[in-house]
Amino acid sequence: MPDTGFPAAARTALADTQLRRNLHVATHTIRDKRLRAVAEVPDWEELREAGRRIKQHAMRHLDEHLETLEAAVQRAGGTVHWAADATAANRIVADLIAATGEREVVKVKSILTDEIRLNDALRARGITAHETDLAELINQLSGDTASHILVPAIHRNRAEIGELFRRHLPDAGDLSDDPRALAGAARAYLRDLFLASRVAVSGANFAIAETGTVGVVESEGNGRMCLTLPDTLITVMGIEKVLPRLADLEVMLQLLPRSSTAERMNPYTSLWTGVTPGDGPRAFHLVLLDGGRTNALRDTTGRQALHCIRCSACLNVCPVYERTGGHAYGSVYPGPIGAILTPQLTDLHGGRTLPWASSLCGACYEVCPVKIDIPTVLIHLRGRIVAGGQAAPRMEDRAEHAGMRAAAATFRRPWLYRLAQRVGLPVARRLVRHERLMAALPGPLGRWGAVRDLPAPPAETFRDWWRGREETP
Amino acid sequence: MSDRALVLGRIRSALADVPADEPSAWSWAEDPDPAAAYRRGRRDEDRAVLVERFLERCGEYSATVQRCEEPSLVAALTAICERHAVRTLLVPPGFDEHRLPPDLAIERDDPPLSVERLDIGDAVLTGCAVAIAETGTIVLDGGPGQGRRALSLLPDLHVVIVDADRIVSGVPEGVDALAAAVTERRPLTLISGPSATSDIELTRVEGVHGPRRLEVLVVAPSGEDPYWAAAERG
Repeated sequence: MPDTGFPAAARTALADTQLRRNLHVATHTIRDKRLRAVAEVPDWEELREAGRRIKQHAMRHLDEHLETLEAAVQRAGGTVHWAADATAANRIVADLIAATGEREVVKVKSILTDEIRLNDALRARGITAHETDLAELINQLSGDTASHILVPAIHRNRAEIGELFRRHLPDAGDLSDDPRALAGAARAYLRDLFLASRVAVSGANFAIAETGTVGVVESEGNGRMCLTLPDTLITVMGIEKVLPRLADLEVMLQLLPRSSTAERMNPYTSLWTGVTPGDGPRAFHLVLLDGGRTNALRDTTGRQALHCIRCSACLNVCPVYERTGGHAYGSVYPGPIGAILTPQLTDLHGGRTLPWASSLCGACYEVCPVKIDIPTVLIHLRGRIVAGGQAAPRMEDRAEHAGMRAAAATFRRPWLYRLAQRVGLPVARRLVRHERLMAALPGPLGRWGAVRDLPAPPAETFRDWWRGREETP
Repeated sequence: MSDRALVLGRIRSALADVPADEPSAWSWAEDPDPAAAYRRGRRDEDRAVLVERFLERCGEYSATVQRCEEPSLVAALTAICERHAVRTLLVPPGFDEHRLPPDLAIERDDPPLSVERLDIGDAVLTGCAVAIAETGTIVLDGGPGQGRRALSLLPDLHVVIVDADRIVSGVPEGVDALAAAVTERRPLTLISGPSATSDIELTRVEGVHGPRRLEVLVVAPSGEDPYWAAAERG
């Protein structure tokens, strides 16, 4: 995928006033709700710390937990498949579907399957994948991609969705734009599909190593339909979703819903362990995908990006995401978490501008239910990307680097620092108006200075003042 | 090399910084850190308070909630079925016969009904394994009187009977109570209100794919001194 870069994509997104209005309403609504949902939990900070510890521990012994999970799933009647990359995962899923003789499958919303472009891979094998999550259905019908982890069609308003349904759904010619009516139309359309489908594909929110239990957290019930009614269930899961113990669920099931939909609990959570005679699918396949996750695991600072439980709280509070929306990030993982996850999943080959798509305000860290220190990882990745070199640094970057190097050289040499102050201060004082440094700065600095005021430099340096203080008794 | 060996090899080389003797069997539950001492193992909370909290929070999901004592259970169920004009009530195997409304057509999921039959079903009546007060959550674990998952999914109305002594304080206590079902590989479904979506402008709409209506009936085991008497006294 060509990396056109966040700055260019963001400029396009910012020009779309409808998009900005939709995003503003949505992110502010969910922000306030989340605050209320979190405020009523007296031990929220302790839960966050427990969540961080559990995920950190899971990652530090990931190989053992995955082997334990594999054994437990197989004991419970499931089959485990390993995939080193997206191509391998897609091939495994397509082969499994082909073996059932089915040409159509129903899907539960899964960001991972968007990441590996499973639907395209299946289409190439003559298999149609029907998205059943309302937002995923909206995006599939409009040929659009997800712009948010939790509400993938957040960039669309009701009028746009109404228009789409009237055009694409059978018997929806006089459908209104009321969300209730729109959801009802989706229910009627999908019900027949659920009843007829023999194969379902899902993602997973977590898998418990010690018991082999897999979990899907959802709201609409399309997940329950897909996980219960078909004969064959194929679940594709990133290797980082493993949790060592069943008891770890008691933490995650408190952190995730309140951070995500800002509810005490989401309407439905399904937990299954292999296959159960007389209840649900008769065949269960779990596909474990690396897909670049081990790149992130190698980086002891960046590793914590794998702790993410995909709640999307960081997107909703991010001043950058709020204005640009998800598409500008050019990744299925947008927002602050996407800015640290996307580059690492591609071993810094893709998403190279994303670590700069942040003001480093730190709001993402504050809301993260598993305390991922996103700002620190952002800065760390900026360093790695710069150190790794760019094919052709921009003029501004070269000037900035030269400036920084000159500053470093000056700070290292006291005599040079004194000289710089003696020469620089009178020049800077001349730019002062009303005790602010306001005059236009020269060259490329002009653009930077146009939107910023700096406090005026003092009349004398600290060093001069200190010396004068020693001399006057 | 198989993908399995490849992935595990990549993981092991990526984790070269982790000391070989660091225990991998660590569990928060067994070795709690004071910084992460969240509330768990609560056993001493007043049951009347738990029932009140469960009713309040479950009700806030726009489920219809009410409580009754065992002797008036059948009447309460009959009233619910009348209110929703239920013609036939679907019932899982193992459901207590004494609790069934006598004047209503009952269809048992034994032998299992077809999904087409479930799809046109008006209503299903089940019990539950555990209910969580703090989150207003009902958990079905496929045990007796709860049925297979499709049974409580396809009909339009789900009526759940929650025995008051199955209500626990919070999520940790709930997960704890479900460990046995997981060990027996029974599937679990956590239900918090009727199905819903917020996908359109984050406006919550109830009743997408699961049952569109959820009726919850909390039942005290005897008519003598129901749990909530204390709460009502104040």
